[in-house]
Amino acid sequence: MAEQVTINTGHEGSISDQVKAYFSRLKAGDMGALPAIAAVVALMALFANLSPYFLTEINIANLFVQSAVLMVTAMALVFVILLAEIDLSAGVTAATAMALFVKLSNSGTPWPLALLIGFAVGFVTGWVLGIFVAKIGVPSFVISLAFFLGFPGVMLIILGAGGILRVEVDAVKAIMNSNLPVWAGWVVLAVVVLVAFLLSVWDRVRRLKEGLPVRSWAFIIAKVSAYLVFGGIAVYFLNLPRSLVAANPIQGVPIVVPMVIVLMFIGSFVLSRTTFGRYIYAVGGNPEAARRAGINVAQIRIWAFIICSTLATMGGLMHISRIGAVEAAAGRTIVLSAVAAAVVGGVSLFGGRGKLYNAAIGAVVISIIDNGLGLLGFPAGVSFIVTGSVLALAATIDALARKRAPGGTRV
Amino acid sequence: MSQPLVKLSGIKKSFGPVDVLKGVNLEVYAGKVTALVGDNGAGKSTLIKGLAGVQPYDDGVVEFEGQAVNLGSPREAAAMGIEVVYQDLALCENLDIVQNMFLGREEVSLGTLSEAKMEFAAAKALSSLSVKTVKSVRQTVSSLSGGQRQTVAIARTVLRDAKLVILDEPTAALGVAQTEQVLNLVRRLAEKGMGVIIISHNLQDVFKVADNIAVLYLGNMVAQLETANTNHNEVIGYITGISANVKEEI
Ligand SMILES: Nc1ncnc2c1ncn2[C@@H]1O[C@H](COP(=O)(O)OP(=O)(O)O)[C@@H](O)[C@H]1O
Ligand SMILES: [Mg+2]
Repeated sequence: MAEQVTINTGHEGSISDQVKAYFSRLKAGDMGALPAIAAVVALMALFANLSPYFLTEINIANLFVQSAVLMVTAMALVFVILLAEIDLSAGVTAATAMALFVKLSNSGTPWPLALLIGFAVGFVTGWVLGIFVAKIGVPSFVISLAFFLGFPGVMLIILGAGGILRVEVDAVKAIMNSNLPVWAGWVVLAVVVLVAFLLSVWDRVRRLKEGLPVRSWAFIIAKVSAYLVFGGIAVYFLNLPRSLVAANPIQGVPIVVPMVIVLMFIGSFVLSRTTFGRYIYAVGGNPEAARRAGINVAQIRIWAFIICSTLATMGGLMHISRIGAVEAAAGRTIVLSAVAAAVVGGVSLFGGRGKLYNAAIGAVVISIIDNGLGLLGFPAGVSFIVTGSVLALAATIDALARKRAPGGTRV
Repeated sequence: MSQPLVKLSGIKKSFGPVDVLKGVNLEVYAGKVTALVGDNGAGKSTLIKGLAGVQPYDDGVVEFEGQAVNLGSPREAAAMGIEVVYQDLALCENLDIVQNMFLGREEVSLGTLSEAKMEFAAAKALSSLSVKTVKSVRQTVSSLSGGQRQTVAIARTVLRDAKLVILDEPTAALGVAQTEQVLNLVRRLAEKGMGVIIISHNLQDVFKVADNIAVLYLGNMVAQLETANTNHNEVIGYITGISANVKEEI
């Protein structure tokens, strides 16, 4: 005899209702990546004004390539940060894996096999870390610090007296140094837009099938248009010839760009559309609740560490591709920058909140600061100080916004 | 009277030298609300944890729908249709209502979450309980009041087709209006044919919502009364141990 009560789902109402609801969420402190996006726009405007080189084709292409390693490492760390854990060793794990890869491939092992072995190092390291954290109960900060201290030693042993090995595999060097043909850049954009469009339509169709209200088509169109416009601008820029030597034209989307997009797509898909992803957020939000819901909390933790290390190894591959060599000191500083990128982008260090794109945008912010200040001729020291200040600012904005949020104490 | 949904006989549990449950009997009926009352330390939570499979009993028989069963783990209890709403609710604040209601039992198709299906079922479960206080099923739990959170935790049991719902102090932290709403919700669970056990310190609430009242006193079940045939004073007598029927055991 229960009386009929209708409960909303957040998809009701006109476009203006939806927009109003969005702004009320913003006001409530649910800002997501917005501050970081604003920072990107502001920084681009600032540096474009201050330096005539900032918006040149070659510098834009550089920015894409420079931010890739940080972006991928930050995305890797999101998986453990979502659990309120940390992996300080992600960078040195990646570097060690790559040292082994280069050593093996340089001494006659077929490079695909050597690369596989390298990634296995990343995978197994993550698994071991996960076991320490989830099964034995060692705090992740401590055990990953131990790995952070130990791995550079392993690298020294692998690399030998010189402490540095050149990358000889052309396919690996191509990742950061070669570009897609002009037409292929447009194909990548078309595929991205098409996939985004189809996913939105799929979601919409499934809602309609359940008789649920759906948002206006305008939102899907707006989203796809945004992809088209911003992606189009990026591809257009990257397709312009940017060589300083006219005889040797360089143009096209760097190969690393579609790689990062694919990693981001797969990672985001896993986090937001699979039970595994849902459980990562649940364990990060309230491990006890997750346990009582029947989730195997230890297993989720272990897999998060495995994904983190493996994805970080991908970042390592990009790093050695750019540098053209692997050296014993590699991988030590990237982790803290990656954590900073994640936090600047809006990922909560307390676990349970944040998406991969947050980390990616945060990485763009930090890369732009680095790149822009460098162009203006500031010494590296200034760049460090500014990056540190931005991190402090981002964390403060986050804390203040969260304080104002209804329900108060969300962290 | 018909066959009880759950029948506990001679339940014992001790922690080291401390006997917390000393041979407890309890009968719970489908479609009825049974209040479990008793002073602090009487053993109420311990009794509940055994039923939930969280902390198995040392001794005694549990019959569920007439069958002797073994409740060795939360999974076994859940598989039988026993759901517990804990005092601390065990919700993930960072997830929304739908995500919390389906946590651990997500609907999946083609390896991906069927959000629309879950959203529909969650909204249906809430409206079947005539919940009016929740604006949107996509609100995150962190934005909900205490009463709304309790509502979500209770509605989750409906979604899971529970046969027995156990609530540990569901109104302890709530104001007057929210308590009223939660008690209504508890009644509606029983109207839906579920057996309900509610632990409460508030006798006023107990008399408002319960069909039967079971009193634990220092690990013994000293009385199981029908609400209609008893009154505050009698129940207080049992709770405090002054009532004549309390058998002293050492
Ligand atoms: N895990 C435990 N270890 C030791 N003693 C416990 C444990 N759990 C409960 N007890 C004891 O059992 C008694 C009953 O506790 P409990 O079931 O929580 O009572 P209630 O919920 O009725 O207040 C208390 O004296 C408590 O200290
Ligand atoms: Mg208790």
